[in-house]
Amino acid sequence: MRLSRVVTPVAAVLLATAVAACAPAEDEPEEQSGKSASADECAVADLPLVQDGMLTVGTDTPAYEPWFVDNDPTNGEGFESAVAYAIAEELGFTKDQVTWVTVPFNNSYKPGKKDFDFDINQISVNPEREKAVDFSDGYYSAAQAVIVLEDSPAAKATSLADLATFKIGAQTGTTSLTAIRDVIKPQQDPLVFQNTNNAKQAMLNGQVDAIIADLPTAFYISAAEIENSTLLGQFQYDGGEPEEFGLLFEQGNQLLPCVNGAIAALQEDGTLADIEQKWLSDVVSVPELP
Amino acid sequence: MSTGASGAGGPAADGTTSDWRPSERELARRRTRSRQRRHRVVVASVATVVVIGGLVAALVLSPGWPRVRATFLDLHHAKESLPSIVDGFWLNVRMFLIAEPIILVLGLALALLRQAQSAWLVPLRGLAVVYTDVVRGIPTLLLVFLFVFGMPALGLEGIPTSIFFWATVALVVSYSAYVAEVFRSGIESVHPSQLASADALALSRGQTMRHVIVPQAVRRVVPPLLNDFVSLQKDTALVASVGLFDALFAAADYANYNFNFTPYVVAALFFIAMTVPLARLCDVLARRLARRERAGAL
Repeated sequence: MRLSRVVTPVAAVLLATAVAACAPAEDEPEEQSGKSASADECAVADLPLVQDGMLTVGTDTPAYEPWFVDNDPTNGEGFESAVAYAIAEELGFTKDQVTWVTVPFNNSYKPGKKDFDFDINQISVNPEREKAVDFSDGYYSAAQAVIVLEDSPAAKATSLADLATFKIGAQTGTTSLTAIRDVIKPQQDPLVFQNTNNAKQAMLNGQVDAIIADLPTAFYISAAEIENSTLLGQFQYDGGEPEEFGLLFEQGNQLLPCVNGAIAALQEDGTLADIEQKWLSDVVSVPELP
Repeated sequence: MSTGASGAGGPAADGTTSDWRPSERELARRRTRSRQRRHRVVVASVATVVVIGGLVAALVLSPGWPRVRATFLDLHHAKESLPSIVDGFWLNVRMFLIAEPIILVLGLALALLRQAQSAWLVPLRGLAVVYTDVVRGIPTLLLVFLFVFGMPALGLEGIPTSIFFWATVALVVSYSAYVAEVFRSGIESVHPSQLASADALALSRGQTMRHVIVPQAVRRVVPPLLNDFVSLQKDTALVASVGLFDALFAAADYANYNFNFTPYVVAALFFIAMTVPLARLCDVLARRLARRERAGAL
């Protein structure tokens, strides 16, 4: 009687320990960022894929323009959808061999197994992030841009320094937000949004005077989402280097060198430039802010 | 109470003032008791070490542990994110301190309104019923969204646009409905004989409520009220969803930029540090009230 009272919890814990100890040890994933492989090493049949014979691509929802069109990544329209399909084609997948999964940005970097081969979601590459995931080479360099309402006092600002007296907002976890803190250094704490819809509403409500976003996003917000708004200008921010978007991979994913090879090929034959021209051409005329 | 082992001896057990010596049998009893106590201590210690040690071992030996330690328990990221989490947490605390007294007053007012019997108050009574029903039916998070983005969008003259203001209003609205129901159940739990006695003393309805019913009701609902306030403390984190840079959002923002979840753990520790004392206070008060109600019967 007494023995079983003692033995049961002890046994339970020992069992749990044993199970944990016996679980397959995870190999330290080998860093894949920066590696590249040529096309002949990357036959579809040999690629390590989440789903056999299918390329599984993740992105957030809603999927915003101009990166996607109609909130539907599968239509091949919008810059990032087009890039994803171009990479897939370069790797040897047909259009119907590409499936999309919804991956909220906050979840994209959680540790453990990922249910996508790569995630494409305007994710800026930075060294801190590379400790948690692997990134492909950049497929787009983004400038930052300032959105204001036409009749707001902030619209009269002519430099980043002028903006410092206003209430400025950006999306959480973005380079834009860091740019506000590091470059503009506003007198009031920046307003931080969960997504651009919240940002839009806050701007219309007068809760924020200016919004910073990646140039193409900013262009779309201003042109299509907020009436009477305009782009004040653009500026580069990433410690002098252009800010690059990369595809996000699970750490150690062996598919990455092949994707890097594909991106290099698409850059070389001008496909990436064509896609950029097609979906992001509007953004070239925005003035630089001193 | 804790002197069980020497209880039989009483004050004289010290042996200073009398010649009384414990009998052999009493000494044997004491030996048995202390042997049993030692045994219990040993078993408890072993069990604790085995269980806690086992759980820690299971955690540390699990294959993903290095990954978990790096992503959730990184000292560098904890330090880096600490200042903004502290700032954010101060916002949670302010919001809580502002909302709590308003909720108490509003909740009691709503409860009293529902109990009112004057014919003049019928429309207000109806409104109070609808208010508690509707508000309690809407998730607090949704109320926060509706107030923060909806109210300023009305564009009415003189309506503030401050997100902090409207988020606090949303919490007040949500919790006042819950608290009103807590007060109401307290009021209804007061025995009808109390009402009858007040009637017999020729107290008016208002006097009865003020001097007889409400004081008793409030005493009874203190524990559930405190429970609601523990919830409120945590729910101040809901305002992160509308862009208020509270402790949770400060943590999320850092995590999203650096791809490391440690700040969430840091923020959680802050909330624990705030809610645990209130929870303990809640226990103490509940025990004291229970003792008083039973008037020494137990």
